[in-house]
Amino acid sequence: MLPEAGGEYNAQGVTFCRGGVNPASTGALEGYVLSSGAPRMLEPSNPAIAANRFGQGARPGDLANIGADGRDWLRAQLREAPPALAAAQLRPSAEILAEGLRLRREREQAKKSGSAANPELEKLGQYLKPIYTSEVIARFAHAASTERPFVERLTQFWANHFAVSIDKQFLAGLAGSFEREAIRPHVLGRFSDMLLAVESHPAMLLYLDNHLSVGPHSQAALRGERRQSQRRIGINENLAREIMELHTLGVGSGYTQADVTSFAEVITGWSIGDDRGRFASGTPGQFVFHPELHEPGAKVVLNTRYPDTGVGQGVAVLRDLARQQATAHFIATKLVRHFVADDPPAAAVKRVAGAFTAGEGDLVAVYRALLDAPESWTQGLSKYKTPADYIVSAYRGLALPVEAGKGPLAPFELLGQRTWSPGSPAGWPDRGADWDGASALIKRIEWADAVGARVGSHRDAAQLAPQLLGANLSEATRTAVARAASAAQGLTLLLAAPEFMRR
Amino acid sequence: MARMQRRDFLSLSALAAGGALLTTRLAFANASRRRQRFVVVIMRGALDGLAAVPPYADPDYAALRREVALRAPGTAGGALPLNGFFGLHPSLVFLQQCYAARELIVFHAVASPYRDRSHFDGQDVLESGTPRAHASQTGWLNRALTQLPERSTGELGVALGQNVPLMMRGPAGVSSWSPSKLPALEEDTLARLTDLYAHDPLLSVRLADGLQADAIAAEEAASTPATMSAADTATRAPRAQAYGARYAEVTHAAAGFLKQDDGPKVAVFDTTGWDTHANEGGAEGQLAGRLGALDTGLATLRQELGPAWNDTVVLLVTEFGRTAAVNGTRGTDHGTGAAAFLLGGAVAGGRVVADWPGLSGHALYQGRDLAPTLDLRCVFKGILAEHLGVPARALDENVFPDSAGAKPLRGLVRA
Repeated sequence: MLPEAGGEYNAQGVTFCRGGVNPASTGALEGYVLSSGAPRMLEPSNPAIAANRFGQGARPGDLANIGADGRDWLRAQLREAPPALAAAQLRPSAEILAEGLRLRREREQAKKSGSAANPELEKLGQYLKPIYTSEVIARFAHAASTERPFVERLTQFWANHFAVSIDKQFLAGLAGSFEREAIRPHVLGRFSDMLLAVESHPAMLLYLDNHLSVGPHSQAALRGERRQSQRRIGINENLAREIMELHTLGVGSGYTQADVTSFAEVITGWSIGDDRGRFASGTPGQFVFHPELHEPGAKVVLNTRYPDTGVGQGVAVLRDLARQQATAHFIATKLVRHFVADDPPAAAVKRVAGAFTAGEGDLVAVYRALLDAPESWTQGLSKYKTPADYIVSAYRGLALPVEAGKGPLAPFELLGQRTWSPGSPAGWPDRGADWDGASALIKRIEWADAVGARVGSHRDAAQLAPQLLGANLSEATRTAVARAASAAQGLTLLLAAPEFMRR
Repeated sequence: MARMQRRDFLSLSALAAGGALLTTRLAFANASRRRQRFVVVIMRGALDGLAAVPPYADPDYAALRREVALRAPGTAGGALPLNGFFGLHPSLVFLQQCYAARELIVFHAVASPYRDRSHFDGQDVLESGTPRAHASQTGWLNRALTQLPERSTGELGVALGQNVPLMMRGPAGVSSWSPSKLPALEEDTLARLTDLYAHDPLLSVRLADGLQADAIAAEEAASTPATMSAADTATRAPRAQAYGARYAEVTHAAAGFLKQDDGPKVAVFDTTGWDTHANEGGAEGQLAGRLGALDTGLATLRQELGPAWNDTVVLLVTEFGRTAAVNGTRGTDHGTGAAAFLLGGAVAGGRVVADWPGLSGHALYQGRDLAPTLDLRCVFKGILAEHLGVPARALDENVFPDSAGAKPLRGLVRA
């Protein structure tokens, strides 16, 4: 594998041992390897990096099974269709939403009737919560046990790239089915297909308000004007802006407010079916293109003129956005930041962006370019784990069962990353400094301690340490774990070790 | 082991580490004279300044805002009175009391140097203090802490949350704190972890800071329980109360840190939910509930700070404002000019600071947003200079790079 890789490493002058670490400004472990002697360059594609940086964390036995070449192990995971989440109770979005819309209507009627019947008001929340719980558990259980952890990390990367947040109505019930329907099927496919699936999914339309957006000269608006309604009818530019800023081109890439406004007009009418209400049409809970809400006429976005082909106008703009150089660069930067380093090395970004463009958004080619980048395999632990990374890797490392009920949701809340709740369409941040706060560290240690106490002598931390951390295991951690006062404390020290906090 | 005992662990480990790790409290203890406190509340998502501080007397206001326009004071659901032109959103009861007590300055038509409409870049500029987004990995508030006249080796700032927002990141020592629901750790485990982290420059500092903050909070919790004032619970709508409880915890914690003579001087916390694209509401509704909650939280802060309120200024800022007109979905989209608030016993308040550009079509920025007429950095600099004593030169160069044109606003703080 890559006989020339060693030479390439040297030519790149890879900096894995920058000094002067400022605890306030970096979460990376650049100084860590230095402390135990001269910097070491591991063999390219070492198994510990493959399992921890690109996977969801090693399980006992994984590093031995990966063999000498971590790259091959990762590439093999890209070959077959992505796995679907299998759990009997998971339902399609349309069904969840149709029922939710019905409950909301009942609630509104209850409010209007003045009965203020509290049980009616609580029904919607009570309906959505258990859906959220089963979706989180199914996703967590899959991450904790999958044999293709690279694909799962990629899935979660894309779910965060196209983030929705459960603090908006209905999203608690839809975030999981959105990920299953719009993200997972396309994670090894084409970017433009994923983009279309996402932007036409009811969860995204609801999250960024597009179902309410009405063209100012649409039939619906003209009717409203005739009625001289005080309510202004018009566009809501939220989804259009975030598609350009967060999903495709990236902010500062040259699009203007006029492009945002025009694109918002293009996607007026991208809405959600309902059999009742002011704009009843389509199948309840499913995407519907609603011609009455659509702003008529040709529109110009990024200097390209799009004739009015109804829903096709928006599809054409999305396909063109997916092809832009700015999109390739933006996606490549985010991928390299996620996998390689908080400050993504320019050479790796260029390589990945090039693959994105050359392959016309073929994502497997993009991931292969990422794996081919020598920067991906630099020694050291360049990324501070997010709380979700940390929890999943602990479950994998200790082979903990993801049980039914609300229990498995708790660590994500305690450690500050409640599933699907980034609170903004930008998704969770992806730099160490966003996660390495003092209080956050204390919470991790407290949780590690609780896990240690619960698992106790059922696991042997000294035996696990080299199996989970491989070549990244430091002498200090090996010694501390070996000398622990109890089996429980050994596990706490292993999970709290500097090299387990990073990947 | 009880949380309180962490103090004992701390003093022991400080001795064991030759006192190198944990000098914070000793450093604080020397500064027993009057101490200025500064709290920053970041309102993420772009607060609608025209709803929070409605210019009800502006001739164009009602037509732009239509069904969400707030009416003049004295009418049902009307704004709370300020100066006859601007009012306060009816949810901001405590802020209005502060105004009447000359402890609140309202700023309007303000903006950071950022002129586009991305939340994330807007917040980056607001917090980093640089003219462009992503130009710095450290924040202006942290850099200001390195320039204080009395130097300290300890933690001068605390973020109320698990992690530290960009505004507070940087070379000066800062900690973060949030309440824990898990049992405290045993001394022996902490001692071993301190050893294990000894060669890790990041984790060793974080662990020490986190334990330090826990110790201060535990000490504080032992003396005063969290309360919401009886007056507030009686007069608030239930929805505001529910949100209010959320902020009450964080403001209670902030007060706990700040009122200690040897605690941090500066606290920062985040609030979210201000991105009101649809169904924003007017005197009642979504935004009203959130504003009411924050107002309740601030009332709690004042109450719990006690006499220390007199040495405190609290700044409420957001990344940018929202469109002047209501949009097609009874909300507002991303805009430019915003409102900001400065309150506290140390504030020379009772006024609205605004060079009002008006809301007529030609006055709006790019024909759609409130035009900014005051650089937020002038406000920040005024506070840092007069309240915290940061030298002018540092403000222009280090704290806010390339900002010599933005002069500090004088007279924000009582002499």
